[in-house]
Amino acid sequence: MARTAGSDPERQPPGALAFCLRLLRRQLVLAVRRPIEIGNPLLFFAMVVALFPLGLGPAPDKLAGFAPGILWIIALLSNLLTSDAVFRGDFEDGSLEQLLLSPQPLYLSVLAYIAAHWLMTGLLLALVSPLFAVMLNLPGGALGALVLSLLLGSAVLSLVGCIGAALTVGLKRGGMLISLLILPLYMPVLIFGSAAVQAAVNGSAAGPYLAILGAMLCLAVALAPLAIAAGLRISIDA
Amino acid sequence: MPPGQATAPLLSARSLCLERGGRELFRQLSFDVLAGHLLQIEGANGAGKTSLIRILAGLSRYGFEGEVRRNAALLYLGHLPAVKALLTPRENLAWHVAGEGDYRPAAIDDALARVGLCGYEDVPSHALSAGQHRRVNLARLYLSDCPLWLLDEPFTAIDRAGVEQLESLLVEHVERGGAVVMTSHQALQVSYEVRFLSLLEGLVL
Amino acid sequence: MWTFFHKLGSPPWLYAISGSILRWLLPVTILALAVGLLWGLLFTAPDFRQGNSYRIIYIHVPAAVVALAGYYVMAIAGAISLIWKMKMADVAMKSAAPIGAALTFIALVTGAIWGKPTWGTWWVWDARITSMLILLFLYLGVVALYEAYDNKEAAGKACAVLSLVGTVNIPIIYKSVDWWYSLHQPASIKFTGESTIDPSMLYPLLLMITAFYALFTCCLLMNMRSELLKREARTNWVRKLALGGAQA
Repeated sequence: MARTAGSDPERQPPGALAFCLRLLRRQLVLAVRRPIEIGNPLLFFAMVVALFPLGLGPAPDKLAGFAPGILWIIALLSNLLTSDAVFRGDFEDGSLEQLLLSPQPLYLSVLAYIAAHWLMTGLLLALVSPLFAVMLNLPGGALGALVLSLLLGSAVLSLVGCIGAALTVGLKRGGMLISLLILPLYMPVLIFGSAAVQAAVNGSAAGPYLAILGAMLCLAVALAPLAIAAGLRISIDA
Repeated sequence: MPPGQATAPLLSARSLCLERGGRELFRQLSFDVLAGHLLQIEGANGAGKTSLIRILAGLSRYGFEGEVRRNAALLYLGHLPAVKALLTPRENLAWHVAGEGDYRPAAIDDALARVGLCGYEDVPSHALSAGQHRRVNLARLYLSDCPLWLLDEPFTAIDRAGVEQLESLLVEHVERGGAVVMTSHQALQVSYEVRFLSLLEGLVL
Repeated sequence: MWTFFHKLGSPPWLYAISGSILRWLLPVTILALAVGLLWGLLFTAPDFRQGNSYRIIYIHVPAAVVALAGYYVMAIAGAISLIWKMKMADVAMKSAAPIGAALTFIALVTGAIWGKPTWGTWWVWDARITSMLILLFLYLGVVALYEAYDNKEAAGKACAVLSLVGTVNIPIIYKSVDWWYSLHQPASIKFTGESTIDPSMLYPLLLMITAFYALFTCCLLMNMRSELLKREARTNWVRKLALGGAQA
């Protein structure tokens, strides 16, 4: 065994979970050091919220009728825009290669990337959404359902979006392609997310829809990292 | 351990064939890398040296034929320095070795000092030059316990003093029982036996 | 048995055997399509409610069924190429994608043609049509991803991963859209709800479905053959084929 100045014969590679948490911490540190990238999706959300009254007319009851769908669609588009950048930086400077070579399982490392992405986009969006909901005249009773549905749904969107990101990260003309790949996969989340809010608006229970979103989240957490890891290995090799 | 004393090979390649863009880059390439070997891959620009080293590292999983067996932990340094602009050299190096184990901060600082980055440990990396990024990479060689090093053009952007220092580090590593497989445009100026691997002819004895 | 699989990985053998299959399959397909169309369009009674406009189902339903099955064929071929690393499986996957997309498109257009006399509009967002539209997007995604990669081997792997992801999602999408439709529209008229379909209409429909499966297979084999020729353009067996054809 080679020995160097800092070497220690008892050194063990860190366990998978410890490494995953270190990676999560690294991603959060990187995100926090460039705050404008956290602010951009939220600004986007705000500006697109303004587009709807401009396009549809300011009548409060009409806006309120469409509000659940509008809020969910904008959340979806914000997520779409930020998904592309999840792996791109690390791909371009070679950090992704090194990650693929580390002994820790890629499945958990990928979850760290996604968790960081969700904490910086989906979570913040969900917490800020009541403000925009009020601007669209969403009834107050539905705000809780909105936040919960966005919390669960945006996690699914992050997971699914990263599948597209992993498959396209090596392509120079990525751009619109990632949208084409993942929008069909986003649609079930949109259906149940907006249905949850709509149910709350109508006075019925949003619980069942949130439960379905939760089930989608479980499925996505179990399966998406497999596809993402495969996609990353393919992109690195291409 | 005297060089070349055979135990199990750290890396063995069998019948590697690679074709890119209709050209055959190498075929039926087979060789073993044992402890104490310092192997330099020879070939012109674009001949496939980088592709070969990536196959050996395990980054290329598709597109080639043949088999590579890795029997030891390996460290790969490629063309890209993997240095994040928003992190300091200390943070970057700590991340580079995070997959291998826990390193004391003093050890990390010591490694940075050895590559001449003393005083730059806390400077955000976007303020550093490409050569300094490369040196952050090389600092990892002073910390790592991996016996097998795969280095793709490690002398890029390094000045002459740095080249000499790196050459002596490589010799130290193989003398202690490690192995190095590298590509470089320059010939190594070392007093150690350098083996050459030609892409077209295989191991040149 | 293993020699069979091993031979399947050999381009010249695959080319030869697909040629011999096509020699009899193509006439059979054309015959089946002709018989089915004539039977369905001319020799069955008009529907009780929809009159003669229902006849479009003899194209719409087979196209929709085979489009969905085609996605699974594509995904399975992709899985075989990814997991078992069988060489020609990615040729099959790549060839299946545009055919499936075309069939989905046909299903959508014929669905719209059916909708006009029945509903009065060219497009209705009902569960079946919306699911077909999303299936079209899934197909087009695979095609676009393949074209975007320069390295065609990596392209095949990436599309295999994408098709598998789509396979997992298709049941979810279908169920979600189904449920979404029932939420927003009272279930008054179901578009193709004819679960009790008269046998005289059922048999030509089944024949057309079989014919469309055969058509898919023919198109797939033809597409695969041209893809094989394109990939192996510089090899000896292709050269011999081209020269032999010129001399014959």
